[in-house]
Amino acid sequence: MSNLPPGFREPSVEGEFEEYYLNMGPQHPSTHGALRLVIRLTGETIIEVVPHLGYIHRGMEKQAENLGYTQYIMMSDRQDYLTAIQNNLGVCLALEKGAGIGVPERAEYIRVIMTELGRIASHLVFYACYGGDLGGQTVLLYGFKEREMIHDIFEEVTGQRLTTNFFRPGGSRMDVPDTFIPRVKAFLAHLEKTLPDYDRLLTKNIALVERSVGVGKLTKEQALAYGCSGPVARASGVNYDVRKNDPYSIYSSLDFNVPVMYNGDCYDRYLIRWQEMYESIKIIKQCIEKFPAGPYRSKEKPNFKLPAGSFYAASETAKGLYGTYVVSTGGANPYRIHTRSPSFSNVSAVNAMAKGEKISDLVTILASIDPVIPEIDR
Amino acid sequence: MNDKELNTKEYAAKYIRNCIEGPINLLKGLTVTTKYMLNPKKIVTEQYPENKATLKMHERFRGNLEMVEDENGDNKCTACGMCERACPNASINVLPTKNIAGKKVLGKYIYHFGSCTQCGLCVEACPFGAIHFAQGFEFAAFNPEEFERVLNKKEGRG
Amino acid sequence: MYTPSNPNIVGDFVREWVPNLVAYLPATVQGYIPSAEIAALINVVICMVAMGVAGIGPVPVLIYMERKICAHIQCRLGPMRLGPHGVLQLAADIMKLLFKEVYAPKSVQTFLYYLAPILVVTAPFLNLCMIPFGKNLQVADLDIAIPFIIAVNGFGILSTMLAGWASNNKYSLISGMRSGAQLISYEVSFALVLLLIVMLAGSASLGGITESQSGNFWDWWIFKAPVLGLLAFVMFLISSTAELNRAPFDVAEAEQELTGGHHTEYTGMAFSMFYLAEYINLFTTCCVATVCFLGGYNAPCIGIAAVDGILNMVPGIVWFLAKAFFMVVVYMMFRWTFVRPRTDLLMALEWKFLLPVNLIMLVLGFVFVAFGLFLP
Repeated sequence: MSNLPPGFREPSVEGEFEEYYLNMGPQHPSTHGALRLVIRLTGETIIEVVPHLGYIHRGMEKQAENLGYTQYIMMSDRQDYLTAIQNNLGVCLALEKGAGIGVPERAEYIRVIMTELGRIASHLVFYACYGGDLGGQTVLLYGFKEREMIHDIFEEVTGQRLTTNFFRPGGSRMDVPDTFIPRVKAFLAHLEKTLPDYDRLLTKNIALVERSVGVGKLTKEQALAYGCSGPVARASGVNYDVRKNDPYSIYSSLDFNVPVMYNGDCYDRYLIRWQEMYESIKIIKQCIEKFPAGPYRSKEKPNFKLPAGSFYAASETAKGLYGTYVVSTGGANPYRIHTRSPSFSNVSAVNAMAKGEKISDLVTILASIDPVIPEIDR
Repeated sequence: MNDKELNTKEYAAKYIRNCIEGPINLLKGLTVTTKYMLNPKKIVTEQYPENKATLKMHERFRGNLEMVEDENGDNKCTACGMCERACPNASINVLPTKNIAGKKVLGKYIYHFGSCTQCGLCVEACPFGAIHFAQGFEFAAFNPEEFERVLNKKEGRG
Repeated sequence: MYTPSNPNIVGDFVREWVPNLVAYLPATVQGYIPSAEIAALINVVICMVAMGVAGIGPVPVLIYMERKICAHIQCRLGPMRLGPHGVLQLAADIMKLLFKEVYAPKSVQTFLYYLAPILVVTAPFLNLCMIPFGKNLQVADLDIAIPFIIAVNGFGILSTMLAGWASNNKYSLISGMRSGAQLISYEVSFALVLLLIVMLAGSASLGGITESQSGNFWDWWIFKAPVLGLLAFVMFLISSTAELNRAPFDVAEAEQELTGGHHTEYTGMAFSMFYLAEYINLFTTCCVATVCFLGGYNAPCIGIAAVDGILNMVPGIVWFLAKAFFMVVVYMMFRWTFVRPRTDLLMALEWKFLLPVNLIMLVLGFVFVAFGLFLP
């Protein structure tokens, strides 16, 4: 198949239709950003999809080599912009591991509440975009409505809605205000009233069920082979959640379940995020009950240095396993920082999912992966 | 759902289930949207420029960088340059000068607002509390030079 | 059997009176006027103006309704700036579209590319001529109005496919093929539902169908044939939504998949022709639904003489528009609630569900007519 464009491997399909190529993106309403998919089709059936990345590559990892360690936390905001707060935590975990900094109890609770709120926000955006990409414009607005309320909480606590830049090695940048806990409580009460409405609107809608059940199947083996993580892998039966399997922060002391489903289709990926939202609510409630007093940060270390060596820490963001690998030579700047971003691996599986489906299904599949393009390109 | 994998009996069962459950679930969806449409209290959007007077940002909101000044317009900056070093994208230039006594004081505090990401590391790094983030958020300008700002009105006192 | 005994108010008024008016003109002028032809000409002009008003008039209202209803469903306010509650927003939008350049990309089929937006507005205007807005308020009371409407709807498909083909864009092409397949399929059930009504009413003219529902509100076809009427109404809603190419059945437009589909490459007024046609079509379909199921211009009498007297005092056109706009709200609720099925699911819905159900309903309709199983 030497005459195929780069990236395509499948043999030609004999049939009544001619093959043709369709360029989806980088400017397309449902690629969720500057992602370009080149699709090889016969009729409306997809033979192969080749994702092209790099349209918003900013060289973050290279820039990090010229920045201090705390300055890189600001960079992590600009990766998964839907849950910047979880990326902050991911970077901080690696830096704490390297510098050997402990975290006071209150700071851990702040971290867990904030990151779980971030997870709910991200899953609400998933719900919104999934409905929106399937043609339900109203769903798009509903999901964003509650997500904005979470961002209001973030704004009050951290000063920004999206680019929070809140956590620091050894705790958080500042203590939460007194209004934080009552506000989160009120929000959770509101969310528990609203989520069933949204569930009723979309989950059993016959068009959605027909469009997502059995569509975009990813087997467990494929999910592992592509390195998928997070809801995408868990929907395929991979029972892996960093919070449970390799607990960081205080997750080992909290009571929550990791939802796992086994069909590996779009509908399972959709349902699993619903269950995760409820689990997150459960986690936040537990944290609110036990919310301790005390210092919010271990010690002030503005420009600290890491000992020579390499350190890795993984955390579970809404999209999956977020890993930060730091190599230090003992200086003020890192020698190398590499980020293992979940969306990158998840999007790489899009070809395996979309083979043999229709164009409309590709939109569903892409929405069910819930990719964030800046996280892929960094 | 891939109908080719189903046998006739399963397909018939699915068909009948869809005929009964489908409309019911669609009607359930309609009740949600009707409920939201008929309840004006659920409207969450704000009429932005009209509500400017009552609109108050959160205390911690990071808008634009400002110098903390007392009533005489004096600032607390000692031109130590901690903020300049803390800034990840070189948005701050602290230009020191010498006062009459020959001591190093702040001459000009240049703030490149165009490249600032409002990360707040400078405020965190300042040991004297000389800078803070103001609440402003309307910064659109026709001229990019408007983003090159000198923050201090007076020379620092050292 | 209904015979079009009612004189046609727009048409016949002019036809009958203008020759008489001519008699009052000075004798020198009279000599030059072949009065019957002039009368016919004036008649045509008046009808054209009336149809223009009836077609274009509701469109701003519909677009404003769409914006407001969608906004309130989505917890927003919608347009609020221009005029009180944004009523003048549409005027601004029209200005914008008028001043935009109508631009054809390179390598489009120029003739077909410009033909499509012209064709697309033809069909809804033709359909509108059939609608009885009130007693005698109708341009043409064709005996074959229902077959005519079904036939004319084909223009919609033609223009969509032309636009898709001529745009020289793969997305537009897919959209054209999709809409062709979709609309041709849904024609079938659309026609079958209307055929059922023709069978029940015993007339294929919209005036006749309206007359057959005169009386109380349970004499409307949605109620008169118990269960069957309601079922037929639901079938009509589904198939007409697909006919209208409106969400949730807008697989041809499918913004999320095909980035707008057949009108991706159109700008300015050429684009707004598609937009205009969508809303005139919506209004026309709502009118057909009103005539066929909701009793047309008949007042919803409840069988009590005192109340009915008051209700009948309201002109028929008011009732007609009230019912038509109620239908519009129903279509808009559908649009902003449901998600879009995939193309093949849409086809499966038509051929595996709507068509058998419609055929069964036709048989049931025969039973109803044969045994007179109607509400008194």
